[in-house]
Amino acid sequence: MSAVLQTSVESTAFFNLSGFSVRELNATLQTLPADTNQTAWTILNPQGSHAIAVGITAQVAITIDGHAGYYCAGMNDGAVITINGNVGTGVAENMMSGLVHVKGDASQSAGASAHGGLLIIEGNASARCGISMKGVDIVVKGNVGHMGAFMAQSGNLVVCGDAGEALGDSLYEARIFVKGTVASLGADCEKKEMLEEDKLILAELLKRAGITDSLESFTRYGSARALYHFHVDNLGAY
Amino acid sequence: MNDTPGSHIPRTMPRFSATFDPHSIAEIRRAAATGIYDIRGGGTKRKLPHFDDLLFLGASISRYPLEGYREKCGTDVVLGTRFAKKPIHLKIPVTIAGMSFGALSGNAKEALGRGASAVGTSTTTGDGGMTPEERGHSQILVYQYLPSRYGMNLADLRKADAIEIVVGQGAKPGGGGMLLGQKISARVAQMRNLPEGIDQRSACRHPDWTGPDDLEIKILELRELTNWEKPIYVKVGASRPYYDIALAVKAGADVVVLDGMQGGTAATQEVFIEQVGIPILSAIRPAVQALQDLGMHRKVQLIVSGGIRTGADVAKAIALGADAVAIGTAALIALGDNSPEFEEEYRKLGTTAGAYDDWHEGRDPAGITTQDPALAARLDPVKAGRRLANYLSVLTLEAQTIARACGKSHVHNLEPEDLVALTLEASAMAQVPLAGTNWIPGKNF
Repeated sequence: MSAVLQTSVESTAFFNLSGFSVRELNATLQTLPADTNQTAWTILNPQGSHAIAVGITAQVAITIDGHAGYYCAGMNDGAVITINGNVGTGVAENMMSGLVHVKGDASQSAGASAHGGLLIIEGNASARCGISMKGVDIVVKGNVGHMGAFMAQSGNLVVCGDAGEALGDSLYEARIFVKGTVASLGADCEKKEMLEEDKLILAELLKRAGITDSLESFTRYGSARALYHFHVDNLGAY
Repeated sequence: MNDTPGSHIPRTMPRFSATFDPHSIAEIRRAAATGIYDIRGGGTKRKLPHFDDLLFLGASISRYPLEGYREKCGTDVVLGTRFAKKPIHLKIPVTIAGMSFGALSGNAKEALGRGASAVGTSTTTGDGGMTPEERGHSQILVYQYLPSRYGMNLADLRKADAIEIVVGQGAKPGGGGMLLGQKISARVAQMRNLPEGIDQRSACRHPDWTGPDDLEIKILELRELTNWEKPIYVKVGASRPYYDIALAVKAGADVVVLDGMQGGTAATQEVFIEQVGIPILSAIRPAVQALQDLGMHRKVQLIVSGGIRTGADVAKAIALGADAVAIGTAALIALGDNSPEFEEEYRKLGTTAGAYDDWHEGRDPAGITTQDPALAARLDPVKAGRRLANYLSVLTLEAQTIARACGKSHVHNLEPEDLVALTLEASAMAQVPLAGTNWIPGKNF
C-alpha cells in the first residue's frame, strides 16, 4: 500500500503522519526524481515529529500542516518547505538551497550552519538563530533570542523585531540587519554604515519575505575584524 | 695554611631544580617575551602509564598456542552492525583517524587514502570537509560531522561510508580546533567559507544540539538523511569514559570512538594538550564496562586511539576490549613526518627530527602538515601511501603474532586474562593483575 494517501484535483499528494512514519515520508520525498510531476506535497498530522522532510533534493513544494520537531527541513537542497506551525531546534540546519518558510515561531539554532537558500520565520526565533551560518539568508519577522548569528561566517540575517544579548558574537563576514533594539553586541560585532550593496541585499530579502518596512528603519551590524588574528592585547575580548 | 678567602671551601655544584626544570624555565621566559601561550601540534609528550606497562602471558601447559605460519588468525572487523543497513567491513583492526585537509596537505590526505585502501581499512576526513582526492583514493571513507561543519553538505554526506559525530578528541577534550592564518590558503578558505589568511577557530560545541537527548535526535536526523545506510560513530576525548560511552550508546551510536590524551592535534595550546584528558590505558576498561553494563559490548563497536605505535599496542587495546584502533600520529610518521632526511631543515626551524611539532605554522619540511605548494610537492603520495600500507601490515602481523602465541584464532579473542601489568599504576588502570601475582589494586579484597 502506498504511503501517499490521496491526491487532490490540484495534484497535491497528501501524506498523513498519523498513519505512516517519518521514515516512510522521507524515503518517499528523498527518492523523487529531479523532474517529478508530483511537485506539490502536504504533510498532515506532523505532531511535532523530528527530522521531517530532511535532505530533499527535488524542487518540490512541501507544506507541513502543523507543528514540527527538531531539524525540520534539515539539509534542504532545493525544496520549498512551508510549515504551518512552530518548529523545534535546528530548522533548516545546514540548508544548501531552497526556501523554508515557518509560519509560527522557531526554537533554537534556526538555520544553523546553513550554506544557502532562504529561511523565513514569521514569528520569533529563539537563541542562536543563524549560528555558524555559511551563506544562508534568514529573515525573522519577530524577535531573535541571545547569541544570534554566533560565529556566523557569511550570508545575511534580517531581524524585524528586537535582538537578544550578544548578537553577532565572534562574527566573521555575515551581515546582520536589525530593525528593533539590540540588547547587546557580542565580541567583535559592531554597528556598520549601511552601504549601497547592503541596501540592495536588504531590499531584496525584504521583498522576498513580503515586508514593506523602509530600509532606513534597519541598522546594519558586522564584524569589526579585530579578532581575526589572535593578539594578546585583545585578551579581554575572548 | 692558605688564607685566600674561600679557596679551600668546596663549592656547591650548580644544581637544577626538579620543579623549575630547564623546560619550565624556558617556558616562563617565552611567555614573558610573547604574552601568549604556546601552540603546537601532536599529542602529549609527558611520560604516562601506557601499553608498554602491560605484557602478554603466552600459552604454555594450561593453554596452547597456534602455529605462527600455518594456523589462521583472523584480523577483520565489522563496524556498524547495530542499526546501519550497510556496516563497514575492514580487513584489519587498524583505521586511520580523522585529520583534516587544511591541517594536512592534499598529497598527505591522498597518501593516507592510498595506504589504507591497499590493506583494506578506512580513512577519516577532518575539520575541513571532504576533498575529491580523498574520496577518490579512500576505498572506505568516514566523514566527520564536527561542531564547525566546515564544508558539510548533503552530497558529500551521502558519498561517505560512515559518519563520525565528533564530540571531542583526546588532545583537547572540551576544546575546539584552530587553524592559524598561515595555513588558510585560498582553497582551504573556500572549503571552510572563511576569509583567506585569518586565524580560524572551530567551535567546541555543536551549533544545533546540546546534551545526550539532543544527540539522539541528531543521530536520527543523520540516519534519515542517509536512508539508515551508514554506520554512525560518536567520537569522544577520554575524560569520563564510562559516562560518555554510556550516553553515546543511549543516543543510538553504532560505533563509539575513544581518543586518549596521547592522540594528536593539528594545533592546540600546549597547556591543553598536556593538562586535560586522561591516558588511553586508563580509559578503555571504563568504556568497556559501560558497554558491558548495557549489554552492548561487541554490538556497539569500540575504536580506541591515542599513542598506538606497534602491533603489541593494537593487541593490548583489543585484549582490553576494543574492537579496533585508530592511528594518526603514527600514520603521519609512516608517511615521512619528522624524517631524519630533513634534519638540516628541522634545525633551521629550531628543532630536530623526531621533536618537530610546530605543525600549525605550515612550514613542515616533510610536506605533510602544510599548505605551501612547494613543500607539499615534496611528498610523493604513491610512495608515502606504500610506506603507510607497509606499516599497517606490520601492525597487523605483530598483533597476529601475539594473538597466536596466546592461542587465539582471531585477534578479537584476546582478553584481559591474557595480560599482566608491570606497574601498580598500569595494573589499577587496565585492571589486570600485577605480573606474577593475582592482585589488581582495588580488587580481590
